[in-house]
Parts: sequence; structure tokens; C-alpha cells
Amino acid sequence: MDWIFLSELAINGALTGLLYSLFAIGLVLIYKASSVPNLAQGGLTMLGAYVVVALSHDAGLPLWLAIPLAALFMFALGFGIERVALRRLAGRPVVMILMLTLGLDIFLRGTTLAIWGGTSRSMELGVSYDPLFLGDIFISRIHLVGAAVAIGLFVAFMLFFRSRTGIKLRAIADDYTASWSVGISVERGVGLSWALASVVAVAAGVIWGEVQGVDQSLSLLLLKGLTVAVLGGLDSILGAVIAGIILGIIENVGADFIDPLVGGGSRELIVAAVLILTVMIRPHGLFGRHDIERV
Amino acid sequence: MFYRLSGVHHADYISDSRMFKVPADRNLAVFFLIIGVAAPFIIPSLYLNSYMLPWLIWTAAALGLNLVTGWAGQLHLGYAAVMAVGAYSAIHAAKFGVPWEFALIIGGLASSVIGSLFAFAALRVKGLYLALTTLAMQFVMDWVLTHSPAISGGSHASLQSPTLALLGQDITSDAGYYYVAFGWCVLVTIFMLNLKRTGLGRALVAVREKDFAAAILGVNSFYYKILAFATSSFIAGVSGALLVATFFFLAAPEQFSVNVSIQVLAMVIVGGLGSIIGSYFGVALILLVPGLVNGLVAAGSEAIGMQINVETLAHIPNAVYGALIVVILLIEPLGLGKLYGNIREYLMVWPFDQLRK
Repeated sequence: MDWIFLSELAINGALTGLLYSLFAIGLVLIYKASSVPNLAQGGLTMLGAYVVVALSHDAGLPLWLAIPLAALFMFALGFGIERVALRRLAGRPVVMILMLTLGLDIFLRGTTLAIWGGTSRSMELGVSYDPLFLGDIFISRIHLVGAAVAIGLFVAFMLFFRSRTGIKLRAIADDYTASWSVGISVERGVGLSWALASVVAVAAGVIWGEVQGVDQSLSLLLLKGLTVAVLGGLDSILGAVIAGIILGIIENVGADFIDPLVGGGSRELIVAAVLILTVMIRPHGLFGRHDIERV
Repeated sequence: MFYRLSGVHHADYISDSRMFKVPADRNLAVFFLIIGVAAPFIIPSLYLNSYMLPWLIWTAAALGLNLVTGWAGQLHLGYAAVMAVGAYSAIHAAKFGVPWEFALIIGGLASSVIGSLFAFAALRVKGLYLALTTLAMQFVMDWVLTHSPAISGGSHASLQSPTLALLGQDITSDAGYYYVAFGWCVLVTIFMLNLKRTGLGRALVAVREKDFAAAILGVNSFYYKILAFATSSFIAGVSGALLVATFFFLAAPEQFSVNVSIQVLAMVIVGGLGSIIGSYFGVALILLVPGLVNGLVAAGSEAIGMQINVETLAHIPNAVYGALIVVILLIEPLGLGKLYGNIREYLMVWPFDQLRK
């Protein structure tokens, strides 16, 4: 057993996992604020990345301007999605809302590709590709940056959910009707959560776009994001961060053991297995709230 | 006026539980049945085989999903994987020399067995978590398919389907393929129409409304959930096998990928949960409209002399498909079946609106 190699796998896995968390935070935010499963996060992430690329490369804006502008655009888009689509389905069975977000995802992906085409583009963040050596362990710089962004967002949202607005969002997730009755604007709260998730999608899109190129494979992060969100508990941001690290390590180390046995490509399988096992053993995840159902 | 109600009285339980309570509904069904039988003679074979045939087979598949999602209320995002099991087992059986009639049944039974595994997830969780678990199972099945050459047919991952033969007759003509699809779709439709009149259908609805409450009433929700998954998987398996045998002729893992699962669910939900006629509409809309819109956009851009690049054109159907799902859900969350129901209700008493109950 090569311990250095194993720890390198684990550390890089944890960093990749934090990038999954970055994606999953978008799912958790919306679930935490409105109990709506957001399967459109893949499409949003892809759109976010394309908007940044369009602003910075096609329009020639510097990155420090392009990213905030894209975030602003996506913030408005998130509000728009709630206003146009989600509001009219509030209170409907979960299957319809699930389908709505899937439809949105397909629509966003199709529209993005119809506008900008499917060829892979590069983000060009300007982060050096030189590896960083920590003793004998090799670490990628962009993953480190992404992990820092994920943790930064985590801290920001932890503080946010303690603020007055954040508490309102938590109340909305708990009970729509009760929130209405005490004067909370449920519509605005849900809209805000979609807007924030769209901004998170820009962050995830930028980092993932730098890691693997800006193309439609960005929307394939959905399964990993969902696994992280479920493993951590769908309504826990702390859970998303910790589950991201756990999934990243399991995936990276597990793939190293299983790949030679099955001839490669076992990452998807490990992620799917983690999702199934989580739901079977502990549906509310590591830190999620266990809902009690009444007849 | 169009649905004449005068003289239609149901005086006993047997007549009240008939399949078609209003004669007009039955007449309409017979009319479309006749059109279906006559279709090869009135529709050009290009349209018959590229539109009618997939429409009918996908409708049969969507009805199977409707059984588990619409009637039993269990979300299922792994339906394409179950179809794949049926398709691959049937084709392997047929290649092995089993007659196609039995190969199709083997495909259906194999799907039932694998599909019941999905049901074990349904026994533990429901709603969103069930959807996610079935989605994960779909990914596992995809992975197994693409990573086992023994199943998917060698390094090219494609499996040639042997010539379809039923009752000793080789089926190779366009009309023959169409009739096989038509027959299967009619069979599934009759099964589904009868479902709501049976104890099984009522038990499934009870489980859908609230499984705990159903259990209190003495409905064994465990049993009915597994039964729902197994039955719908059987339909899925045979539909998948027929889809490959009469339409694709070549089985490949992409034909049963996760996108296909989402597509079938979209067909069911756009059509209307628990609505049979809705499934027909939903499949037609999801299957045909994106292609039509693309043709229109291409023709339109040519007509006004505007150049749309190929890549944009290639992705427009996807955008339209997504938009269709969203728009239909916003207009009528209960789907096209409900829209049809509204029109029927209106015509039922038209022009004497004051008679409406």
C-alpha cells in the first residue's frame, strides 16, 4: 500500500468533492427555502458559464467585470423563473414540480446550445496550471481555488440564513400557508432563493468551466450534485460541504480500486451507488431534517 | 349534442361499471380503432413507419409508466432502463432461437424482475427521494449496459435484431410492423381501460392517495406497489423489445439512456397523470412537435432568406421540447387529458349549459 499515493488521491478527491459541493449548494438553497427539488441546476450552471464566456471573450470585457455582470443577469433570471414558472405550480404534487424543473433544464440547455453552439470553449481564468507540491503530494491549483470559493459561499450562506431574510426563507420552507399568515411574502422569498441559486450556478459554472471546458457536459454534474445534496441532507448547507468532501474521497479512492477490476469508468457507478445507499439507509442524509409524515 | 346523454340510464351496478358509460365515447373508440386498422391503406408508408409506429409503441410504453406513476403514484425516473432490460433479453432470446412470441414474453418477464427491484426503493421512500433513487438506478443500468459487451453486443455496443416473426409468419413489410405495434398498443390500452374497473385499479388509487391510509383500510400497500412496478415493467419490457424489433432494428445503449426516461415521464405528465387518452396526446406532442417545429424554423428561415447555422438548428428541437413541458404544465398541470376532459364536459351538455351538474 502506497500511503503517499493514497493520500494524494484522497486530498484531490476532497478538493474535487468541494467543487461538487459548489454545485450542490444551489440545489440545497432552493430546497431549504421552498422545499422544491431543483433539477434545473445543471442547465443554470451551463448557462452561467456560457454567459461569462460570452461577456468576457465575445464582448471583450475583463473577467472581474464579466463575472459580476453574469451573476446579475442570472440573479434576474432566477427571479424570472420563479415569477413565470414556479409560482403557478406552488402547492402542486412534487411530481409536477419535478417535471417542471426537468423541462426547464432541457429548455435552458437547448437554448444555450442553440445560441452559442456546442463546441467546447475555455474559460481562461488565468489560474496557473502548474501543479502545487505539498511535500510529495501533487495538488491542482484550480481545484484549490474552487474549494476556496465553495467554502466562502458556505460561510456566506450560513451567515445569510441567520439574517432576517434568511429566517424568512426557512419559515417558508417549513410551511407556505403559515408563512403567508404571518405576513411573509412567500413569492418573493422563493424568488430570492432561485435568484441566489442562479448566482451560485455562475460560480459553479466558472470553476467547472475552467476545470473541464465550457460545453454541455457541465449539465451532467446534476447526478453528482444531487448525490452530494442528498447525502448531506437536502436542507443542510453544512451537509452539502461535508458530503461533497466525503463523496469526492470515496469516488477518487474507490475508482482507483474498482477501475482495474471492471476496466475503467466506475466513477458514475460509485456515485449512483452512494445515492442509492444513502436513500435506502438514511433518506434525510447526514445533517438533514427528518420529516415526520402524518396520515 | 355531440355526446348524446338522453336515454342513457344506468339502473344497476353492472351497467354503471361499464367501460364506456356514454355511447358516444364507445363510438369514438370504435371509429379510431377502424382508422387504426385501415391506416396502412390510407397513410403513406413513410408517415406510417416514421410517425405512426413509434407513436403507438411509445404510447404503450407511456401507458405502462402511467400505471405506476399515474395510478399507483410512484415516481419512476428509470423507466428507460427497464425497457432496455426487456429489449436486450428479448433480442438475445430471439437470437438464441426462441420463437419471437416467447422471446417477447421473456423480455417482459425479465423486465418485471428487474423492475421489481425498483419497487424495493419504493417500499422505503416515496416522492422526491424515490425519483432520485430510480434515477440513480437508471445510471447503474446504463453503466452495466455500456460496460458489458456480452449484453450490449461486442465492441460496437450495438445488437442487430433478428427478423421479427409472429405465429410462423416473417414480418418484414411496413404494414406488418405497423400492425404489430398497433396490436400491442390496443392490447395495453384495453388493459388500462379495464384497470379502473377492477379491484386492482382501486387499490392502486388508494395507495396513490395515501399509502398509510390505504394500509389502515386493509389494502396491502407493499404488495400493490410491487405489483404496480412489476406490471408496468412487463409493459415496458415488451414495448422496448418491439421498439427495437420494429423501429430501430438495432439495439444500442443510447436508445435507453436517462434522457429517454425523462422523455417518457414527460409524455405521461404532459398527457396527464392517470389519463389514458392523455397518454396518446402526450406522446404525440413530445415525439412529433419538436421535429415539426424544427422543420418549420428551417423552412421559415429559408423563406425569409435568413441564414441559421446548422448547430442552432440542431438544438432548437431540444429547446422547444423543454419549453413544451413547461408551458403545458403551466397551462394545465393535469395535462392534455384534462384539457380533452374539459372540452368533452363542455360538449356533453352543449348547447344546454344550464344542465351542467
